[in-house]
Amino acid sequence: MEHHSAFHGTAEQEAKLRAVIEESRSVPGCLMHILQEAQGIYGYLPIEVQKIVAEGLDISLSEVYGVVTFYSQFSLNPKGKHRISICLGTACYVKGSDKILEELEKQLNIKCGECTPDGLFSIDSCRCVGACGLAPVMMIDDEVYGKLKPDMVKGILEKYKEEK
Amino acid sequence: MTIQELDAIRAKKSDLVRVRRIVREEGEKLAKKTGYRKQVLVCGGTGCTSSHSMKVIAQLEESLKELGLSDVLIVKTGCFGLCALGPIMIVYPEGAFYAQMTPEHAKTIAEKHLIPGGQIVTELLYQGTVTKDGIIPFSETAFYKKQLRIALRNCGVIAPEDIEEAIAAGDYAALEKVLTGMTPDDVINEMLASGLRGRGGAGFPTGRKWAFAKASQGNVKYVCCNADEGDPGAFMDRSVLEGDPHCVLEAMAIAGYAIGSSHGFIYVRAEYPVAVERLKIAIRQAREYGLLGKNILGSGFDFDIEIRLGAGAFVCGEETALMRSIEGHRGEPRPRPPFPAVKGLFGKPTILNNVETWANVNPIIMNGAAWFSSIGTPTSSGTKVFALGGKITNVGLVEVPMGTTLREIVEEIGGGIPNGKKFKAAQTGGPSGGCIPAEYIDIPIDYDSLLSIGSMMGSGGMIILDEDTCMVDIAKFYLEFTADESCGKCTPCRIGTKRLLQLLTKITEGKGEPEDLEKIEELSNHMKQSSLCALGQSAPNPILSTLRYFREEYVEHIEKKICRAGVCKALFTYYVDPKKCKGCTLCARNCPVHAISGSVKQPHVIDTAKCVKCGLCIANCKFGAIERR
Repeated sequence: MEHHSAFHGTAEQEAKLRAVIEESRSVPGCLMHILQEAQGIYGYLPIEVQKIVAEGLDISLSEVYGVVTFYSQFSLNPKGKHRISICLGTACYVKGSDKILEELEKQLNIKCGECTPDGLFSIDSCRCVGACGLAPVMMIDDEVYGKLKPDMVKGILEKYKEEK
Repeated sequence: MTIQELDAIRAKKSDLVRVRRIVREEGEKLAKKTGYRKQVLVCGGTGCTSSHSMKVIAQLEESLKELGLSDVLIVKTGCFGLCALGPIMIVYPEGAFYAQMTPEHAKTIAEKHLIPGGQIVTELLYQGTVTKDGIIPFSETAFYKKQLRIALRNCGVIAPEDIEEAIAAGDYAALEKVLTGMTPDDVINEMLASGLRGRGGAGFPTGRKWAFAKASQGNVKYVCCNADEGDPGAFMDRSVLEGDPHCVLEAMAIAGYAIGSSHGFIYVRAEYPVAVERLKIAIRQAREYGLLGKNILGSGFDFDIEIRLGAGAFVCGEETALMRSIEGHRGEPRPRPPFPAVKGLFGKPTILNNVETWANVNPIIMNGAAWFSSIGTPTSSGTKVFALGGKITNVGLVEVPMGTTLREIVEEIGGGIPNGKKFKAAQTGGPSGGCIPAEYIDIPIDYDSLLSIGSMMGSGGMIILDEDTCMVDIAKFYLEFTADESCGKCTPCRIGTKRLLQLLTKITEGKGEPEDLEKIEELSNHMKQSSLCALGQSAPNPILSTLRYFREEYVEHIEKKICRAGVCKALFTYYVDPKKCKGCTLCARNCPVHAISGSVKQPHVIDTAKCVKCGLCIANCKFGAIERR
């Protein structure tokens, strides 16, 4: 398993996760729910977090890892402070979202799925946010940007850089 | 909750909701009775909230307060369908349809239209409603006129977060009818007679599914809703959940009564936060009102529903995979039989229907199977919701009777192709489907007609492609998707999708060889026959269908090394026409890799060795002097 950065989980985060496990462990099929909560607490699911889950549910780490790596929503690597999610669904694709992604990769000098060295941005692709009327679309955190053209990307990113 | 209490809610709110279904004089009259002079409906679906409809609502609330207009009601609804023009706002009783709203527009409308004696602000209306004979209700515009809204009957009409509006609009009336006067067999017979087929893709008759599950022995059975809408470019199910979540809860309870189940699960995409939130609210309210839980409407029937979030896996749209996922495992499919109706979730008899299928249950129970089967075609009754997207003017959600032709959808409802481009094909069925080429534009769309021309209904994504779309590239796009989403359990799909993608990539890079097409066809047929689940069996469809109708494009890519749509970068170069170039230098200044040279007022030249084919020069040239060759 690749490690991009050391794990910095806090005792408080761990206590929260253990509480979630305790609360849900009797519900049949609770593993997915617990992993979703865990990713909410830590931002991603490093091996250390998976171990806590496996131990808490008394199942093997390989079972947890198998589920984590099966679903695209779960991430083994930390995400940026601002999560960019570019829609590569069909409606966006035929309207040129691949060119928006190229521009993002060029501006931030990282590839899709990676995080900038300063931890400010990460880029991921997603399948469809359902805002096809605004295609091509990307999301930065919870904000949706629609009807994009490649030359708009730089200006949008600037806004988030200034915030820093 | 008793039936009398249910009736009381209907009596209290039904006029309020009915104002939004009628317009002109009749609407005006009814509006007076409700105590609200005007009702302002603002879309709170994902499409419109993404273009900031919430700010429009905030501004409206502020303006109404400033103007002291307490007899104007603001309603946050689900999707109206015309997403391309969002945010959308409709004012009743006139039915004035305002499009592309901003907070400033909202302020203007409050000051000029919503005040007593105010007038419609014509310039802010959707211009499709403005004719030389005056303003027409939006239901009479080209986009809405040919639509028949059954599944979407309450979307864009009610406030989805208010169960009383849902009840007033007709939700839970079918549950009441079933619990008070129908046996489980009556319900199943009605569903069978309606001819309703599963709207999730395969088109299996819903009534038969329910009958199998009823016949299965066992005291624990489950009712599941597939809301894991995975087809990229499809958003029908999301819109139903956002606009009328109660219709799904009601239908699941009806199915529970019919098959003898007291427990339901809704498996919904986590990427749909608005839909998830509305579902949670709806379930909470339904429990509070006693429409879910123990002894519903005093009938002795118990039913409750849990939400489970998906985590982004396309294969979980397959029924056995979805159930594995609810059980908390990797969402891998398993061989059938046993079918879920015999052995499904947690090993118990289970039925699974998708959101749009559930949305049709209430109208079938209320209006009868004969009514439902009179709509549509003989083998595909009812309507179908399509998410119309891609190169089309009116991007949005449309619901039409089965048997409507593609031409009506594209040219009339969809408003045609923008920028004067030519229609090339419609892609239906997403990564499992295929293309309908221009020569079949007059085909009536139903399950069987689409299969006969090598496509499929799928869940309802309909992406319109124009002459700028390369058919080889679009097939490659879908194979990238299925190769990525293949769960890896069975070999034909795991390796087949990868190999097909390699072959397509080779062709789009100009390295294709004549025998590649045969290899593609052979491998595709193997995959169709030997893959474990529908994902692998249907993954070759986008290739086979484009090969069937656009084979000459593949041949051009391979033999002549050209891409007529100008998409496959390896197959064209950029060239400046010296006769048209005025030497304005704009292209050279915008070229990111400095591949263009030339002096002022002299024709410029592109160094093809340096050019990265980004297309910025074409976009910037004011004289049309740059071409792809």
